[in-house]
Amino acid sequence: MSGVKEVYKMPESAFQGRATWKELPIGGVIPEPATSLRYKTGNWRALRPVLNEKKCIRCLMCWVYCPEPAIERLEGDRIRINYDYCKGCGICSSICPVKAITMVEEGA
Amino acid sequence: MSFIKTIKDIPKEEYLAPGHRLCAGCGAAIAIRLALKALRGPTVIVNATGCIEVATTIYPYTSWRVPWIHVAFENAAAVASGVAEAFKIMEKKYGVKRPDVIAIGGDGGTFDIGLQALSGALERGHKMLYICYDNEAYMNTGIQRSGATPRGAATTTSPAGRVIPGKLERKKDLIEIAVAHGVPYAATASIAYPVDYINKVRKALETEGPTVIHVLTPCVPGWRIDPSQTITIARLAVETLVFPVYEVENGKYRINVMVKKPKPLEEYLKLQGRFKHLLLPENKWLLDKLKEDVKWKWERLLKLSNL
Ligand SMILES: Cc1ncc(C[n+]2csc(CCOP(=O)(O)OP(=O)(O)O)c2C)c(N)n1
Ligand code: SF4
Ligand code: SF4
Repeated sequence: MSGVKEVYKMPESAFQGRATWKELPIGGVIPEPATSLRYKTGNWRALRPVLNEKKCIRCLMCWVYCPEPAIERLEGDRIRINYDYCKGCGICSSICPVKAITMVEEGA
Repeated sequence: MSFIKTIKDIPKEEYLAPGHRLCAGCGAAIAIRLALKALRGPTVIVNATGCIEVATTIYPYTSWRVPWIHVAFENAAAVASGVAEAFKIMEKKYGVKRPDVIAIGGDGGTFDIGLQALSGALERGHKMLYICYDNEAYMNTGIQRSGATPRGAATTTSPAGRVIPGKLERKKDLIEIAVAHGVPYAATASIAYPVDYINKVRKALETEGPTVIHVLTPCVPGWRIDPSQTITIARLAVETLVFPVYEVENGKYRINVMVKKPKPLEEYLKLQGRFKHLLLPENKWLLDKLKEDVKWKWERLLKLSNL
């Protein structure tokens, strides 16, 4: 289509809050998936979930219920908490059947 | 159909990315993340205004990994109908493979302001799934009561105090409204029973015609709960019979989570600030009414499922 600029990526300036309308895709479209990965919510956290790998029985309960998701399911159903995004809600810790995740005060 | 049996069968793929601004411990976030685990191919999501829409797409950020449209508060079902029909034509004319179409709305957007659009879509019979995540009030704008708010719950527009002890009216029954349209599949689901929930979303996607899923999603500020208790409370809703998990397939009722020994309703209520006043002796009359609602619905369900 002539006169229509194809934009498949958000211009970098958009994420720095200094894009003008001329640089932005038409119609409020966000042409890239999952750009929120750039927005780290880890600093919301007051309590930090800490995993005791030795206790973990790899049942995946924490992985299923994390609302972010900030728990990654690894090889062999081991899990890893991604602190870039974890908001410290404590669901993982409260749901773990063997108490392998404890909530500790952030920065303590 | 590829149904899952255990937690381990839940696909690894995440179609909702982190970095969204839903509250810590948000039940609706869990409901949407898990629903997307049931996708079977190209899918278009149509999202009404509400917490899920607002907090997952703060421009220029989006948490979605599937095509997603936001329209207005009241017309998700109407727009989803349009998307489904447009793809039907595109399939005929250009051989484009039809995607699944899922509309998502909160309880305000579904039980109240979007009900007309939903009714129209169900009656016209489009091939689409409508998921209502029900946090039992208009949360995104500050906890106003909705048609889905249960009796006795305090909200900012039904505050518990000297005048009233929370909302006086009964909760609407969304699934009964859907069933009255003669839809081929309608179901309730709980985030505390993820295997059942994901299978229901899959089953709905594989059904020809309009389908409806109603999922209860505890809300941290709105229900005044500890964020770590979201799943515990969602499970208690099922175990106390407040929120029965059942499905209606071509008019046939089936209870999916049978509760043989229901827990006392108080166990569910006492974890939530919005119900605190209901446990006072002077408000017992309203608590009793809520208990009657719960009992009435459960006994009716038992009858309808021939139990
Ligand atoms: C026509 C219209 N009226 C009012 C609003 C303001 N508004 C935005 S979100 C919202 C509440 C949404 O409530 P609900 O559907 O229950 O979803 P939740 O926020 O609880 O996720 C309201 C009233 C709007 N966007 N459009
Ligand atoms: S504390 Fe909450 S956000 Fe953090 S990993 Fe656990 S469940 Fe996820
Ligand atoms: S207000 Fe409630 S529904 Fe909205 S993001 Fe927060 S917890 Fe989720």
